[in-house]
Amino acid sequence: MDRDLLIISTICFLAAVVRTAVAVRAGVFRPGRFNFLAIGLGFLFQAAFLSIRGHALGRCPLTNLFEVFIFLAWSVALIYMLVGPAYRLSLMGAFTAPLVVLLQGLALIAPIDVRHPVKVPANSSLEFHASVSLVAYGAFALACIAGVMYLVQERQLKTHQLRSIFYHLPPLTDLFTAITRLLWLGFILYTVGIASGFFTGQPLPYVQVVAAIAVWLLYAAILQGRYFRRIAPKRVAALCIIGFSAALTLLWGITFSAQTHSVP
Amino acid sequence: MNLFCVGLSHHTANVQTRERFAGSASAERSLRTAGCAEALVLATCNRVEVYGASEKRVSTDEIAQSLLQNSEVSDGGHTSALPFYRYEAEKCVQHLFRVASGLDSMVVGETEILGQTKKAYQSARASGAVGPCLHRLFQRAFRVAKQVRTRTEITRGSVSVGSVAVDLAQKIFGELGNCKVLVLGAGETSERTARALISRGVSDLRVSNRSNDRGQELAQRVGGQAVRFDKWPQQCREIDILITSTSSETPLLTPTNLEPMLANRVDRPLFIIDIAVPRDVDPAVNEMEGVYLYDIDALRSVAEQSLAVRRQQIASAEAIIAEHVADFLEKVSSELNRVSRITGHPPVADNSLHASQL
Repeated sequence: MDRDLLIISTICFLAAVVRTAVAVRAGVFRPGRFNFLAIGLGFLFQAAFLSIRGHALGRCPLTNLFEVFIFLAWSVALIYMLVGPAYRLSLMGAFTAPLVVLLQGLALIAPIDVRHPVKVPANSSLEFHASVSLVAYGAFALACIAGVMYLVQERQLKTHQLRSIFYHLPPLTDLFTAITRLLWLGFILYTVGIASGFFTGQPLPYVQVVAAIAVWLLYAAILQGRYFRRIAPKRVAALCIIGFSAALTLLWGITFSAQTHSVP
Repeated sequence: MNLFCVGLSHHTANVQTRERFAGSASAERSLRTAGCAEALVLATCNRVEVYGASEKRVSTDEIAQSLLQNSEVSDGGHTSALPFYRYEAEKCVQHLFRVASGLDSMVVGETEILGQTKKAYQSARASGAVGPCLHRLFQRAFRVAKQVRTRTEITRGSVSVGSVAVDLAQKIFGELGNCKVLVLGAGETSERTARALISRGVSDLRVSNRSNDRGQELAQRVGGQAVRFDKWPQQCREIDILITSTSSETPLLTPTNLEPMLANRVDRPLFIIDIAVPRDVDPAVNEMEGVYLYDIDALRSVAEQSLAVRRQQIASAEAIIAEHVADFLEKVSSELNRVSRITGHPPVADNSLHASQL
């Protein structure tokens, strides 16, 4: 039953992707209400899935890689729903939906929905640490998407080849403001997530802690460079993509090692 | 009753012919005297058209005479040689939908015509010249134009060099209210571009010219501030947009002399519009981070890309219009049939429009 909800949710996001692809191909792309509605509907089904799974487990559904992927996809959609309309980044939906489809598609296809043989006991500190960190990942994902949008627009402006999508992208400076705010949001949440990780009552996995701090330092360096105006906007945009890729690799590593060695 | 459109436009008449009808927008009363039950005059710099509904056929000559009676230029009123076109019923509906959607405009997809059509409609309605027939027709035309604009890319981008430059500035900076602009060289094109930027909210404008007097004159005309020509490089540290059109034989800006100017503005883009021939800015400047250089050819190329896209969209726009024409005529004829059943008049077999029954 819960997987059905997830399949419906993935279909909703896929509808937004297909519509965007068809429109871009026809050269008449314009971000409309359809994308926002499809993503909103997909988000509701995601939330329903997480709620049912959470009730069944009696805790936050973050017990295996499958649930982590879905929670991350939900965080991405959540931040988009909060940030997209506020900064008039409706086009961001066209970039957000493929990422969510990728995450959920992988989760559905790969055999990673492994149930623990014994019921995982609830640990509110650990659940707080994991969920806040994942929402931070959602913000970093959106910063990465905004970074892609920035680089697409920057490239077209430099080469003087303005495609249909160019006319629907927000102005460069507005996009850069959104990137900066998303980075700050993600960074604050990630800091809270890492700090709370020290108070879970669980033994600290040395490698994971070092890797998490390395990602934290990378984002701290980007924000510091931005604050003191030492890094150009184009490089900040590129670093957002690199940072999120690193964070995603780390997330996979943490969850994979937790799954193979111990209960998260 | 017949629904018709009589007019001349940039397609059929040159500007001398069109200007003979300046002021004819107030001809609705004469047209009604000539036999039109309803009349609306759409007079712009590119067209003069009468949309009317009448019981008996009003000839093209009578309409032309009515227009000439009200025009500001009186020249004896000979109308026989004038290149008027005439569309009746379905063709008239289709023509109006095309006009309102900007498909019949000199620059395909321009949106000014919709505003002009709305204004003409409001004015005719206020004077009582518009009845139910034209009311219904024009309301549908406004709907069609809106749909064509939203469902196609017919209005995408700008098609003139000046507006392309302003659009690009907005794509880089968003609101232009806080942008600082330096105009280098007091040429006509740079003045036009500067004015376009001012119209979009720019308030901090500086002008620098080799001849200080000309620079000051331009600064005064556009409400800017004159800067001595030897001081312009310092200005580059502060400004966001540079419009340059000097007659210098060698480039004024190269990566070497621009680099130190950009040292303290790493997070602020610089948009350079080089409309000088020969160019004032070395093309290699475009490779610098945060600098967007558009010379006259680049601006023209963007304008041509937009125009090409607009032309590609004509077929989609025509399809929307055809759909609406068919739907409009069908609705009208079904209503006429319904009325005929009530009144006992014979039903209509074709799509002819009967204004009184609308």
